[in-house]
Amino acid sequence: MPQMNLIQAINSALDVAMTRDRTVVVLGQDVGYFGGVFRATEGLQRKFGEHRVLDTPIAEGGIIGAAIGMGVNGLRPVAEIQFADYVYPAYDQIVSELARLRYRSAGDFFAPVTIRTPCGGGIRGGQTHSQSPEAVFVHVCGLKVVMPSNPYDAKGLLIAAIEDDDPVIFLEPKRLYNGPFEGNSEQPAVPWSTHPQGEVPAGHYTVPLGQARVVKSGSALTVISYGTMVHVATAAARQLGLDAEVIDLCTLSPLDTATLVASVKKTGRCVVVHEATRFGGFGGELAATLQEACFWHLEAPIIRVGGWDTPYPHAFEWEYFPGQARVAAAMRQVMEEAP
Amino acid sequence: MLSPSRLHIPRAPARPGEAPDFSYLQLSAAGAVPRPEITVNASEVTGLATQLVRVLDNTHQAVGAWHPHLDPAELQIGLRHMLLTRLFDERMQKTQRQGRISFYVKCTGEEAVSVAAAMALEPHDMLFPAYRNQGLQMVRGQPLVALMNQLLSNTGDMCKGRQLPVMYHSSAARLFSISGNLATQFPQAVGWAMAAAIKGEEHIAASWIGEGSSAAADFHHALLFASTYRAPVILNVVNNQWAISTFQGCAAGDSPSFAARGPGYGIPGLRVDGNDFLAVYAVTRWAAERARKGHGATLIELVTYRASAHSTSDDPARYRPRDEAERWPLGDPIERLKAHLCVLGEWSEPRHTALLEELEAQVTVAWKEACIFGTLSEGPRLDPALMFDDVYQHLPPHLAEQREQLRAARAAQGKG
Repeated sequence: MPQMNLIQAINSALDVAMTRDRTVVVLGQDVGYFGGVFRATEGLQRKFGEHRVLDTPIAEGGIIGAAIGMGVNGLRPVAEIQFADYVYPAYDQIVSELARLRYRSAGDFFAPVTIRTPCGGGIRGGQTHSQSPEAVFVHVCGLKVVMPSNPYDAKGLLIAAIEDDDPVIFLEPKRLYNGPFEGNSEQPAVPWSTHPQGEVPAGHYTVPLGQARVVKSGSALTVISYGTMVHVATAAARQLGLDAEVIDLCTLSPLDTATLVASVKKTGRCVVVHEATRFGGFGGELAATLQEACFWHLEAPIIRVGGWDTPYPHAFEWEYFPGQARVAAAMRQVMEEAP
Repeated sequence: MLSPSRLHIPRAPARPGEAPDFSYLQLSAAGAVPRPEITVNASEVTGLATQLVRVLDNTHQAVGAWHPHLDPAELQIGLRHMLLTRLFDERMQKTQRQGRISFYVKCTGEEAVSVAAAMALEPHDMLFPAYRNQGLQMVRGQPLVALMNQLLSNTGDMCKGRQLPVMYHSSAARLFSISGNLATQFPQAVGWAMAAAIKGEEHIAASWIGEGSSAAADFHHALLFASTYRAPVILNVVNNQWAISTFQGCAAGDSPSFAARGPGYGIPGLRVDGNDFLAVYAVTRWAAERARKGHGATLIELVTYRASAHSTSDDPARYRPRDEAERWPLGDPIERLKAHLCVLGEWSEPRHTALLEELEAQVTVAWKEACIFGTLSEGPRLDPALMFDDVYQHLPPHLAEQREQLRAARAAQGKG
């Protein structure tokens, strides 16, 4: 089976989707001739032509507005927003239009738009190239929100997103583009080529939306995460020698509540880990949902670990990033609560 | 030392208690503006952005290069659509005052803007309306009962009770779902047109926004994308002089017109008398042919006047002179087309009266039928559980659960 890094997996997903379905088009800044600043769309314009891979002006609202019109007219646009930090000018088109078109027209109109955008930190991007804005999308009814943690899932989830008739926000943790990352920037980078989840089928397959994945089963506590933090949390549990059940959400919305509830009822302890700022973050929703459903099974309060509630600072990236030490501290705290 | 820099605060030409003043309007004589070839570059026709295309002269004759030479039967259909639009508006306004519907928006004085444009386009062209374009619905043959059901949010409502009144839609009639958020439809229309070109289809898109909402970024995104890709689209700015209480100069700034925004983007900008049915028809036809033949987009500014309030929640007497509408120098679109048809010998007062009676009856019959589906105060009501449908294509588990919670809550109250 071919080995791919996460970028190659995204590229392969787009290639497969565009080959199978002539209505799939790609648009965004630098996606055409150049192949994208992260190379995710490399070679697609040469292969599929300038009418299906469009370089656009730097106008995120225009990109999503045009993508909606294209979607209404029978195309399946995959729009790239170059960094998740730049998505806000398109927020009105996403929230007021894309997410609610099917609803407001009672199903008469819809736009099957997928919005791909690199998110997260750990690449020395400072406060304008490091954000994890998933919380501002999971709050919007009508959107699906996806974040893969490895190349295999990235390709399968992206194809599923493109084939889905609902709009999907597809967040790509860019720290994982070249290899898995366990949170220690001083360790040598590990490529996906030596990782089992770097094995990616060349052809068509999907990873269904709306299903969480149990990365590792265990009985001591449940660790819920997604994106880069899946790797950090798994490593932290390993370091502590804890028999943790690690769950990768894959799709944040709609949420696979059943898988989470079953796990927390089994373990009685839970830590929620994400890179995004904690206050008002998605972790709060997860913790609230779980305590409503699992209160009498809990042995300890559910703890959230996230980025500090500050912008992502350039010079203090690793003090900001919720690395293994902070995750491990939360796990210890949850384990130390008396049963 | 005080700085010489001072803000220029734009002021409306007249406020309540003052005499209406339209001296700011640049007018051209009927027939005076040349009609260029459709292949023309924007830079060659910048003058069209500040002149005013007019076909009907003061004696109600059609003159000049833009005269579309329509068959009188076509003109009579246009008159019928405009009259129906006006009568429908008047009746719906009354029903709002009676508490039967929650809200309404009239387009009085602006009927030609929508009716003439829709008649100049092909049935397969896609229209992205704003909320004051009900004439498009009339020309595309939307049943009055369907429109009224939407206004009533009743059991026949096409929106299943989810939208404010007037936010109609019909994929079958190629009328896009109207959004309450202004200007968003502009780049969407461009994207739709881009898709038509990508697919190799000859259909074009057209969209409308008010001059006030041309201030939004979406307007500029639309013009840029339309220019960059030469999208087959017509972008219309309906300059009805007022954005609620804000006069058009606030959105125009120091620009000589809204049409003048076009040439900066490489798009021809045409300024047209929006109350002249023939002029609106001719300019739309020109832009449509240009788009269809691959020469790209056109920006059209339709100069008109919002003769009614912004909506049923608005009182314009608080911000503009009461007699401003009567003093509007471009007259009334229905009266002008009627007078033209009379001059042609193709219309008369008795025929006009008969048509009015016929259309009044049509609206009355439709209203009675719509009320059978329910009103705000009486008759059948939509099942509130419908609110969970169409958020997604398929109902996800959490919404299924919430729907059950609503049912249980209603059952506990003895409802549903």
